Amino acid sequence: MADYLAQIRLVLVKDLRLELRSRIALGQVLPFAVLVLFLFAFALDPDGDVLEVATPGLFWVTVLFSAVLILQRTFALEADDGVLDALRLSGLAPSAIFLGKVSALVVQLLVLEAVLAVGVAVLYDVTFSGIGLLVLVALSATVGIAASGAIYGALSARLKSRDTLLPVLLLPLLAPVLISATRGFEIGLRHEAGGGWSWIGLLSVFALAYLALGAVLFRPLLEDA
Amino acid sequence: MTNTTTPRGDAPSAPAPVGTGSTGTRVLGAVALVLVALTALYGLVISPPDRQLGETIRIIYMHVPTVSVAYIAFIITAVSSAMYLWKRTEFWDLLGASSAELGVLFFALTILEGALWGKTTWGTFWEWEPRLTTSAVLLLVYIGYLAVRAIPADARTRATRSAIIGLVAVVNIPIVHKAVDWWRGLHQGRTVMSTIDPEMGGSQLVAMYLALLAGLIVFVWLLIHRFRVAFLAERAADSGLEHAIEQRRVEGATS
Repeated sequence: MADYLAQIRLVLVKDLRLELRSRIALGQVLPFAVLVLFLFAFALDPDGDVLEVATPGLFWVTVLFSAVLILQRTFALEADDGVLDALRLSGLAPSAIFLGKVSALVVQLLVLEAVLAVGVAVLYDVTFSGIGLLVLVALSATVGIAASGAIYGALSARLKSRDTLLPVLLLPLLAPVLISATRGFEIGLRHEAGGGWSWIGLLSVFALAYLALGAVLFRPLLEDA
Repeated sequence: MTNTTTPRGDAPSAPAPVGTGSTGTRVLGAVALVLVALTALYGLVISPPDRQLGETIRIIYMHVPTVSVAYIAFIITAVSSAMYLWKRTEFWDLLGASSAELGVLFFALTILEGALWGKTTWGTFWEWEPRLTTSAVLLLVYIGYLAVRAIPADARTRATRSAIIGLVAVVNIPIVHKAVDWWRGLHQGRTVMSTIDPEMGGSQLVAMYLALLAGLIVFVWLLIHRFRVAFLAERAADSGLEHAIEQRRVEGATS
């Protein structure tokens, strides 16, 4: 067990070190996400209360698009240099590789979400209340995005058409996450009583289902796909 | 011509099947035709308009079978995907892919019928009705399956990718259902579009069950034929490759 956790940590640390050295997520995806916040403000009337009302939805749409970029980056690195084959030969358990990659994605996405939260607070004049609910919604949604994203990211990594294929595969799959996370945020931001927990429950079911599925499927995924 | 099962990579001397029909499928096809005709008769002529839905109930006779068949198709795809990852045989791969294709077809029909029903009932082609929305999301999920299927790859790679998507997608079905239901404020109960009205009586009920049975038989008939076409396409691809290799050999010998 300790060995298994060490394997997960190994992959997690490797992925984060790669990111810290290349700064793709920090230097390119993060600015992109903030840029999208500006684009929404240009497209919608910033003086009315449209932006504030739509904030939960805009926040999560931005997270999904940014997540696709981070996933493409993460797995392109692996596929281009034959790292996926090296990982396969490394003797690490495929499920540990999967969980390690999911953990690294979760860390990167949470950093992105924290910056976006500051962004909407400043740009869209949103006051954050009900922090506990918001954090739980964000955590469960992020694990779900990372888990399903890692399966499809690895699946499309070695394909020439991966850049167009990944969003087509992943975004419909994430429709329930977008719905649930947006509703959860709406309830949190508006102090509405109740309801929030059922969304967290649904997000957790999504996250656990894809964590389990990914852990099982990563072996055939690395070996044959 | 009966369906001939040629083992993979067999010599071209084996008799090549020229069609996908067999005695069994011809009987099945005849049964399907009769059932479709009976459904049309009951659904369009014999059964009266509904007290609440009026004439639009006749769309429901189509709607319920297509959506039911689509879900059955996706479950077959998921089971085939799991079986492929376990057994690694061509049968399960081709069955899963054939079923997914039909599932997408029947889902597209479902959405079309829903839009037509919406136009006559609500005056708009699209409302964010929970079942219609769920169908649309799932259709998009499975279009991804077909997109990956269309990418050229060797058989094992393509089959593994497809099987993984078949499993990933089916897990999404109940979650999308719940999310959309709660989103549209439908916490429990049923929607007009998805269940048989318990007050439905006599010839209406006959039309509904006939339509369900007809839909199922048509699906099975299509699935068998689609599977056989997929099987023959694989054989054609194999023999095409052998032919090309043979030609290069002849070129090498003559130059």
